[in-house]
Amino acid sequence: MADTFAFAEFRAGAFRKVAFETVSAARRAADATGGGTVTALAMGAPGLSAKAAELGRYGADRVIVVEHAELARYSPEVFAGTAAAQLKAGSYRAGFFSASAEGRDLAPRVAAALGQSLASDITSFEITADALTARHPVYVGKAIATLRLTGTPALVSLRPGAMVAVEQSRTAQVETAAPALDPASARVVVTELAQRPAARMDLGEAPVVISGGRGLKSAENFKLVEDLASAFGNAAVGATRAVTDDGWRPSSDQIGQTGRLVSPALYVAVGISGAIQHLAGMRTARVIVAINRDKDAPIFKVADYGIVGDLFEVVPPLIEAVKRARAEHQ
Amino acid sequence: MKIAVCLKRVPDTEMRFAIAADGTSLDSAGLKYDISDFDGYAVEIALRLNEQQGPGEVVVVALGPDALQETLRKALSMGVDRGIHLQADPVPYDGFSIAQALASELAGQGFDLILFGRVATDTGNGMVGPMTAHLMDLPCVTAISRLEIAAGKGTAHRELEGATETVTFPLPAILTIDEGIARPRLPSLKGIMAAKKKPIESRPAALGPVRLTVDRLELPPERAGGRIVGEGPDAVPELVRLLHEEAKVL
Repeated sequence: MADTFAFAEFRAGAFRKVAFETVSAARRAADATGGGTVTALAMGAPGLSAKAAELGRYGADRVIVVEHAELARYSPEVFAGTAAAQLKAGSYRAGFFSASAEGRDLAPRVAAALGQSLASDITSFEITADALTARHPVYVGKAIATLRLTGTPALVSLRPGAMVAVEQSRTAQVETAAPALDPASARVVVTELAQRPAARMDLGEAPVVISGGRGLKSAENFKLVEDLASAFGNAAVGATRAVTDDGWRPSSDQIGQTGRLVSPALYVAVGISGAIQHLAGMRTARVIVAINRDKDAPIFKVADYGIVGDLFEVVPPLIEAVKRARAEHQ
Repeated sequence: MKIAVCLKRVPDTEMRFAIAADGTSLDSAGLKYDISDFDGYAVEIALRLNEQQGPGEVVVVALGPDALQETLRKALSMGVDRGIHLQADPVPYDGFSIAQALASELAGQGFDLILFGRVATDTGNGMVGPMTAHLMDLPCVTAISRLEIAAGKGTAHRELEGATETVTFPLPAILTIDEGIARPRLPSLKGIMAAKKKPIESRPAALGPVRLTVDRLELPPERAGGRIVGEGPDAVPELVRLLHEEAKVL
């Protein structure tokens, strides 16, 4: 019987989807090793404890809540120090973090504080009493490594969206704890968190990603991509490096080797030729659709469904057809 | 400022990859190696900071086999002052083992800043920077897309999902560099000539124990792909039908 630990990200008054993914993975790991207790740690501003029980729905038995007025924003040293202290206080077989922007900063700090290694950005795992094995895309997705991690607790970070959060009916017991160090003593301080306009879902979380490339010809024409995303309703908008380099879209929208790596259920590439640098960021999508006028474009080699044609002629009727289909099948 | 840049020699990912006979590594035949993408940005930032803020020193540090010296020499030809080669062949997969080697090398040398790329393009882990920071007890900010340094303090921006963080920190510090700050310069002919005379020290890497290893390396399954639904707007109804009935994503 082995207990496991999950870090549950909380931002702007709500748990992030990745919080449910880490808790759910911790549940599966506990069950796979004989059914121990799952402890989740959540940190944030006062008000968090009222939401903490939500984590029970994804398999947490116990939620440790660390509330502090100065923890409304991420504080790397306080979060890492507190997570490390909580992990040391229990006898956990494994600890689960997300490989989100916050988790990628947090998990290595916690691992180093515990003198452990970290299997980072994993897409699946198996755990026994002796070892944890995990799969992780390497060489920008051109190869898949199966990793073996020894040491206890085995610490991992999960690629967002790669492991589905599974609902359970459990009641989590909520406890409170103090931060392991005084937030006022932190050397690294997040002084501002500026939310970008929330009209769109985040690229890492959206089940559908619509991306545009140079084929759109101008920044203004990205409206077609935006409109197609709106037609789907649950879509985020991405772009190629050529487009972000030209300033048509912010660099945070870039999908590819040097940008975001996404694995949505549906990826629609509009006017994208399919350079290796771009494919590296989206080839793990479940279904890929490509619209491009060049029938020899490499994007068609990875696309499940392709339309050869002028995007300015194809996308407007596609927007209407998607709207109709959603209205019909809702 | 005295700035160290920790970089990694990685295979060029535009190449066609094959798995070696051991089943756990790449077949090195025909691979070309270079400075990992984000590490190149880190080198550029270090050079610019000293160009803007008066004289200093930029040192590149890396782990690897003897062939690494060629990669370090490239950074020297961009304008870096000297290189440190920590011998390790192969470089372990375990980032914590690497962080221990770097922390023991960099400690006590009086660096104002130690820079890393946000993530290496081979392992894609991004853990060595923050782990090294913990071991050296230095403040650390990861994945920064903007940086200002003044009077012993720094301000950086980090891109999160749907938000931007502004972060302040005191020097000395460890930073990991995201894209968007500065395109790395190309070495000039003069730089290439000058680099030949710049020093590279070489000594064994003081690696920590290895607890994370690669059991198996595989190429991803080829996507079936290649199915053209049709040409032009006439293909739209069939595409939407397939997305609904076959792919079940609509």
